[in-house]
Amino acid sequence: MTTPAIPEGVKRCPTRKFVLWLAVVGAVLLWGVYAMYLIWYKGLNQTNMNDAYGFALWIWADLAVIAWGGGAFFSGFLAYIVGRKEIKHIINYAVIIGFICYSSALLILAIDIGQPLRGWFIFWHANVHSMLTEVAFCLSVYFAVLAIEFLPLVFENPKLKRIPFLHHMGHNMHEVMAVFAATGVFLSFFHQGSLGGVAGVLYGRPFAYREGLFIWPWTFFLFTWSAAAAGPMFTILITRITEAITRKKLVANSVYQFMGKVSGWMLLTYGIAKIIDTYVWATQIAPSMGFKLMDFYSGNPVYGIWILFAEIVLGTAVPALILITRRGRENGVLLFTAATLAVIGVGINRWAMVLQVMAAPLLPFEDWYMYSPSWQEVATTVLPFAYGLMLISLAHRYLPVFPQERELNPGN
Amino acid sequence: MQKIPEHTTAKRYGMVIDLDRCTGCGACMVACYAENNVPFKKDESDKMLSTNWIRVHKITNGKPFPDTEACYIPIPCMQCAGQHNDGHSPCVSVCPAVATDYDHVTGIVSQIYTRCFGCRYCMAACPYHARKFNWWDPVWPADLEKSLNPRVSPRMRGVVEKCTFCYHRYQQARDKAYVEERTEIEETEYQTACAQACPANAIAFGDLDNPAHAVHKLSRNRYAFRLLEKLQTNPKVYYLSTRKWVHRAGDNYLEGEEPDFGKKPQSHAQHK
Repeated sequence: MTTPAIPEGVKRCPTRKFVLWLAVVGAVLLWGVYAMYLIWYKGLNQTNMNDAYGFALWIWADLAVIAWGGGAFFSGFLAYIVGRKEIKHIINYAVIIGFICYSSALLILAIDIGQPLRGWFIFWHANVHSMLTEVAFCLSVYFAVLAIEFLPLVFENPKLKRIPFLHHMGHNMHEVMAVFAATGVFLSFFHQGSLGGVAGVLYGRPFAYREGLFIWPWTFFLFTWSAAAAGPMFTILITRITEAITRKKLVANSVYQFMGKVSGWMLLTYGIAKIIDTYVWATQIAPSMGFKLMDFYSGNPVYGIWILFAEIVLGTAVPALILITRRGRENGVLLFTAATLAVIGVGINRWAMVLQVMAAPLLPFEDWYMYSPSWQEVATTVLPFAYGLMLISLAHRYLPVFPQERELNPGN
Repeated sequence: MQKIPEHTTAKRYGMVIDLDRCTGCGACMVACYAENNVPFKKDESDKMLSTNWIRVHKITNGKPFPDTEACYIPIPCMQCAGQHNDGHSPCVSVCPAVATDYDHVTGIVSQIYTRCFGCRYCMAACPYHARKFNWWDPVWPADLEKSLNPRVSPRMRGVVEKCTFCYHRYQQARDKAYVEERTEIEETEYQTACAQACPANAIAFGDLDNPAHAVHKLSRNRYAFRLLEKLQTNPKVYYLSTRKWVHRAGDNYLEGEEPDFGKKPQSHAQHK
């Protein structure tokens, strides 16, 4: 009897249906690949970026996926360092989501730079004073850590598990996983932070500039904090969507509640820190550079004070207040709403710290710069989402991602 | 790290542009294009995609006729010395591959095209929009490729470029001085293309620290100002104007704040 490819004890849809699903996602993926080819062949003139918008949709997408992928490092921290056993039921999925997020970020970066073949210069000719150097190093090393964390799960596939070498290798890697998790936490703290540092050190851009602690602007800590707070919410969001699509319960409610509680308090404390930071920036830093708060939120068709409200109130305070209450966490609709708002909130923060920075005029005789992405930019941003969906589909089908799946779905 | 200059004293090359003389003719822009092999496209109407190393802005005082006044402001790279005048220009600090560097011997911020991989972080950092990206490969019409300046490398797509204060002319002047066994170069031996081309003599260029150079005195004139002074980028391009509204247009002021107009400026001496 041949070993089935699908893990024991769980039900999956017929192979034909699965291939059809992959083909649909694959078509979207191919659209993105075509756009990627155009950009690599014809150059960055395929985008709507210009000399005012050196950073645009792709850099936002990079920052956003890395923030959303923060669930991987924070779940790893809770599971292996703090020792919370319930996190072990979702850690596999968090690692897969993290892997997808970080590989997406690296792919987008390869497309975004003007000379992709020279990308290795950031390692070989590194400028130790640049925040972007730190990002490149830590991101790459952390991606390797994620690959190492993902690998044992791949070896759990029934057909691969039969091979003794892979079986033992997977087992041994599990034994030392805490080391990799700790490494991942350390690396994530720095690169999540450095991405905030990328914006915060720009003393020529009053909208982005922050003072801080030694070489680290406050945005460094705010970015790490928000990634740790909202990343797990992204993991929960994707898990709930997966449950809805597969019509299976994959993770016990106690896991959601625990993660929701931790995220809730992280979001609340982050929100307080963010409000203090915004207040100091608006009342001291920006005025010292000749700007008052509303200079950054008026005089243009898009960036009004609504964006600050959306980020801090809707995207941080509201989900925090839902998640710190037991009722909020236990109600499925409220939990899903809180997760969605937190994910959007961190996305808005990353948007503001990249695109609003580029849009805001500096010289008094300049006007706001407006931007909308070209289809090539959109397609290459959708590309990693399509790839992520394919990888999740394959992982869900062929790997035992959710340890609790069998007990939660007794009918199978 | 401060490099100790060999065989010469450290300089701070800078510019003083008299806005009361500038007519907005654009000769400086044309001269720069020709001198530095700056690329251009068939359709240059989108100024946000237009590559230029010096650009001329037109501003007005916002008043209706007959009180309307206009002013033309040429803006090259400011060659910022940074927050503490120590060479940490906003762009130099952020480049991840050291493709741009502050030269302590001349005060000029270099751009190394073969090192740049086009991440555009320096463009995000620059508040003066002095840096331009090569979104396309250059296409030289007709026989123009034969008359490109051989002393300036043309750039391929995917790298950033900016005004270099015609650094190749500095190198030529240094070579000439070396051959003639001199350690210093004269004010007239090293002039930028834009300064040379200006028909109104609005652009003065030289060593800001050398009392024998015109820019030394002009930059200390009580009507001299710099753009976005409050950001503490310490630019080396000064502007002169006897019109207060022009000073006001050079920086951002809160309600009730006024520019230091007509007052003797503090020293902008290089931090040693």
